[in-house]
Amino acid sequence: MIEDRSAGVGLKPAHYEEARAAPADGLWFEVHPENYMVDGGPRLAWLEAIRSRHPLSLHGVGMSLAADAEPDATHLRRLAELVRRFEPSRVSEHLAWSAWRGAYHPDLLPFPRSAESLARICDNIDRVQTVLGRRITIENPSHYLHMVEHEFDEIGFLAELARRTGCGLLLDVNNVFVSGRNIGFAPETYLDRFPGEFVEEIHLAGHSVDPALGEALLIDSHDAPIAPAVWSLYERLIARIGPRPTLIERDDNLPSFAELLAERQQAERVLRAPTRQAA
Amino acid sequence: MTPLPTAMAPGLGVFQDAFAAALMAPSPLPPSSPLIDRLIAQPGFAVYRNTVMKGCIDALQANYPSVSRLVGDEWFRAAAALHVRQHLPRQPSLVDYGDQFAAFLAAFEPARELPYLADVARLDRFWTEAHVARDEMPVTAEAVARLSESRLAGTVLSPQASARWAWFGEQPIVTIWERNRTADAADETQADDDAAEIEWQAEGVLLVRSEGVVEWTRMTRSGCAFLDVCATGATLAEAANAALEVDAQADLAGLMAQLLRAGAFSRLAFHETRPKEHRR
Repeated sequence: MIEDRSAGVGLKPAHYEEARAAPADGLWFEVHPENYMVDGGPRLAWLEAIRSRHPLSLHGVGMSLAADAEPDATHLRRLAELVRRFEPSRVSEHLAWSAWRGAYHPDLLPFPRSAESLARICDNIDRVQTVLGRRITIENPSHYLHMVEHEFDEIGFLAELARRTGCGLLLDVNNVFVSGRNIGFAPETYLDRFPGEFVEEIHLAGHSVDPALGEALLIDSHDAPIAPAVWSLYERLIARIGPRPTLIERDDNLPSFAELLAERQQAERVLRAPTRQAA
Repeated sequence: MTPLPTAMAPGLGVFQDAFAAALMAPSPLPPSSPLIDRLIAQPGFAVYRNTVMKGCIDALQANYPSVSRLVGDEWFRAAAALHVRQHLPRQPSLVDYGDQFAAFLAAFEPARELPYLADVARLDRFWTEAHVARDEMPVTAEAVARLSESRLAGTVLSPQASARWAWFGEQPIVTIWERNRTADAADETQADDDAAEIEWQAEGVLLVRSEGVVEWTRMTRSGCAFLDVCATGATLAEAANAALEVDAQADLAGLMAQLLRAGAFSRLAFHETRPKEHRR
């Protein structure tokens, strides 16, 4: 069970030993299930050992829900096996596509938000939730492109997905900051409009600037500490919607486990501060 | 929810065909549909191109550390980029991405002056396959020791799911692989010193995962022939014959002891109880 006022940490193999040994004070971990889709071996054994002491969340990157195709049956079966084995507190995915016509592109790719894509993604979420026998939550991705073809704005689209399929939403505050800079909107306005009643998890991560274009193009690189501006947005969000389980994400340029725990503490200070108004 | 006024979007599948093609096309990008052209013209499009390519190359480099150390970072990543364009991952789990990389290197013209490279890649691949294979308990030497001599001949030992073996008849592939697999990747000068000492001879190897760790042991040509036959479900007598055909002087008792020590087998059965026999 993951508590609303607890923050978790993205789990990397370099930290297995420390993660297992860490005090079970509500500390939870999140992994990409794709990294555990193997027949056997030490990865699964490590995850089992850590899961025996800590709550776990599975955060998928490869279901390709926004592709104009059904979720890959093999991938879905393997995810279902992991869900059965590890009994995670939460299973999440992205509002994006990555697999197309048998090829996997390791990224979270954009698409025009249209009535057609809305219907397709609802069907795909339904399919995943039916096979897993449980609800999933869907994350807002980072954006790098202006697309005038969008028929719906992202918040309305996500809220509609939640209403139609019963899925929850995962709000990545860093993605909102990065997208706001890249395609030109105020992240405060976005976060103030986001429907708090659907938010079941929050992500915080670091970003970097494009090597050529600098501050004009931010990259959601997960390779740096969480930026002060993102912490401020997070505090503003929690003050409005109340505490939600929050994950410290780090995928590259990995710091010590202690540094990640320090960021987790910072998030928990925000989560445990008296809120002005719980929504 | 009120739709925003917009340009007409193409169908989702049409969009994805065009976007995926532009994502993987060599630079400069050829013209596509008006929508895709508007996306390609933005600096943000390169972020997707770079992320996809970097994700695939990083996964290949993680799975082929010996190859990477032999050729250096720059060469590896340039070759990997060409491979990625030919063979994108087929599934979202990249843990074992790159099953065609050894074959790619074998046919790769710039790798011709490194005739051992493709076989070194095969061993990196063996390591990955052994690392993620299903968990099995090894057949112990004690279990085999309990069998009578006559029973032993009809015994079938099945190789572990994690067991991988190969005989390299022309080059010291195992030595080259081992030195680059276990060496400190930053220590490039050591690799050159090592190369001078390698005795140019045929070599074989067996990799098995034991207690979560992929381990390896040198294997004779007759040992590899023995394992080849065991893998077909044949009896130890048949496997022994195959080993002796390769080398009439083969030390079969020593070979069995070595294989059992390595935990090479996961299942012990007897010829007369094999399912194939029941069907008669």
